[in-house]
Amino acid sequence: MEIVCPAGTPASLRAAVKAGAHTVYCGFADETNARNFPGLNFDRDEMREGVKFAHDHGAKVLVAINTYPRAGGEAIWHRAVADAEASGADAVILADLGLLAYAAKHHPGLRRHLSVQAAAANADMLNFYASEFGVKRVVLPRVLSVPEIAAINAETEVETEVFVFGGLCVMAEGRCSLSSYATGLSPNMNGVCSPASHVEYHDDHGALSAKLGGFTIHKVGADEPAPYPTLCKGCFSAGDATGHLFEDPVSLNAEKLIPQLAKAGVTALKIEGRQRSRSYVAQVVRNFRAAVEAQAAGRPMPEGMLAQLTEGQAATAGAYKKTWR
Amino acid sequence: MQLTVGPNQFFWKADVWSDFYNQMAAAPVERVVLGELVCSKRLPFYQDHIPAAIETLLEAGKEVAVTSLALVTLKRERKLTAELVDAGVEVEVNDLTTLAYLPKDMPFSVGPLVNVYNEGTLAWLADRGATRICLPPELPLASVTALAAEGAKRGVTVEVWGHGRLPLAISGRCYHARLHKRTKDNCQFACEDDPNGRTVRTLEDQPFLAMNGVQTLSDSCASMANQLEVLRDAGVNALRLSPQTGDFPGVCQVWRNRIDGRIDAAALSERLETLSGGMRLSDGFLTGARGADWSRKREGEAA
Repeated sequence: MEIVCPAGTPASLRAAVKAGAHTVYCGFADETNARNFPGLNFDRDEMREGVKFAHDHGAKVLVAINTYPRAGGEAIWHRAVADAEASGADAVILADLGLLAYAAKHHPGLRRHLSVQAAAANADMLNFYASEFGVKRVVLPRVLSVPEIAAINAETEVETEVFVFGGLCVMAEGRCSLSSYATGLSPNMNGVCSPASHVEYHDDHGALSAKLGGFTIHKVGADEPAPYPTLCKGCFSAGDATGHLFEDPVSLNAEKLIPQLAKAGVTALKIEGRQRSRSYVAQVVRNFRAAVEAQAAGRPMPEGMLAQLTEGQAATAGAYKKTWR
Repeated sequence: MQLTVGPNQFFWKADVWSDFYNQMAAAPVERVVLGELVCSKRLPFYQDHIPAAIETLLEAGKEVAVTSLALVTLKRERKLTAELVDAGVEVEVNDLTTLAYLPKDMPFSVGPLVNVYNEGTLAWLADRGATRICLPPELPLASVTALAAEGAKRGVTVEVWGHGRLPLAISGRCYHARLHKRTKDNCQFACEDDPNGRTVRTLEDQPFLAMNGVQTLSDSCASMANQLEVLRDAGVNALRLSPQTGDFPGVCQVWRNRIDGRIDAAALSERLETLSGGMRLSDGFLTGARGADWSRKREGEAA
């Protein structure tokens, strides 16, 4: 299986390629991609050089243009697609219907992948995107179990790519405006979720309380680890219950499911984390490359190799196991 | 400005559900969208009542549409979605999967859970047969204005979320089940206990969100009470009122009064707060710094 790795910077791209990434995904430094964080992403020259570096080392580059273009501002997204093609990128990752239609019409030779932000969650939808827009690969939303992924692959020729490691969206991706409800900024429109610009920490009689847009997301004691206040992983109360009502502060680690995902017909395994450091990326890539090679050779999976890299030391296999729901 | 009653987002008992649509037949609204939006497991409990409700509403002169589910994953859900085409009324697409089943020559409408953020997407949907689009509640006024203009150009009626708890997210996971330490497959229909959703509070006891099975809503009741003139000027054609328990015919009536100029924004807000049992109102997605904000208008102030 193909390992698809994040690159938030040119240095991360080179680190990922050297560590054995088959494919790297990245974005332009603007609102056209879903990791629009300060200090991240590529300008046009860096993209061209990054693609050349990857190609020279036998790796591919995918350009994520996966926010939803702003009404009145679509030209910015159209230019991003044109510049991705000009940079020599192997494919673009898109979510918006209008942008898919535009790319299919004006850049027919540029391979199109469907972003997880489009949340295409069944075979009919994959086939719809393939027939309407010539989509060759779909990144599946994190709402599906492994048997459901297998069933999808049995009914479609479209390649599937699934997340195996890193941040975990609890909601169907691209269909969540929790962040903009609290902060005004959202993944769909601005390429950010629970943005750091809207986070405040307060010392509350020895406890550290973290607020997002003025809403308290969690409170931890002085000696406890303080996870980043991502909205859906906050601590809230409803009726008599108090706790992580939506999701615990965990991240995804599906390394142990690699053999099952391979059997389910998945083409590519995706690692989240364009905001992560290049050493993190390199370490994760090396481990996953070793794991898929072990799988291909019929050797046992290396055990628990990435535990120390997961957020807050806690990991989940998410929706891949049906009981998560 | 037309009024549309959106699909009920909550799990109501079948007789309550039927009574509601009998009331809507007499309510001062032009259009009613019904059917199951949130969770396919709820549908068997009231599915048999849907044809009668459609008939009652049509007889009362309402435009009627049936909604698709918001998130279609299971084989059973794909089948349900494909069968909507045979409902005999217009289909409101709330998951794009529905387009895979709609014949190319069948007009349809698009609900607020489809991502229509720009002119290109609106144009593509119009070409495919969309005649009406209720925009995602997240959009700011500048986007609504641009999309209303594009809609007018292409003969697409543009609707905006006017009233009700905002649909903020949909998930594979059921939060009501999780709250009761159950899995989704064994949820025992816990969401039925919360016919308006269950309020989620911050640790400082601030009401924030509301859970409704696999859906997460705002705690606040979104309201375009202060925005009617702005939306009219932008070229918006309709407002969507999202069902909740209590005096919903009363909610429809005060909205009609506001549209017809019989009451002003401040009076409407006040009436809505009473009718909804003291819910906090919000309209921040359209004009505020964040979705949860509310543009309070004092009496006498221009709306």
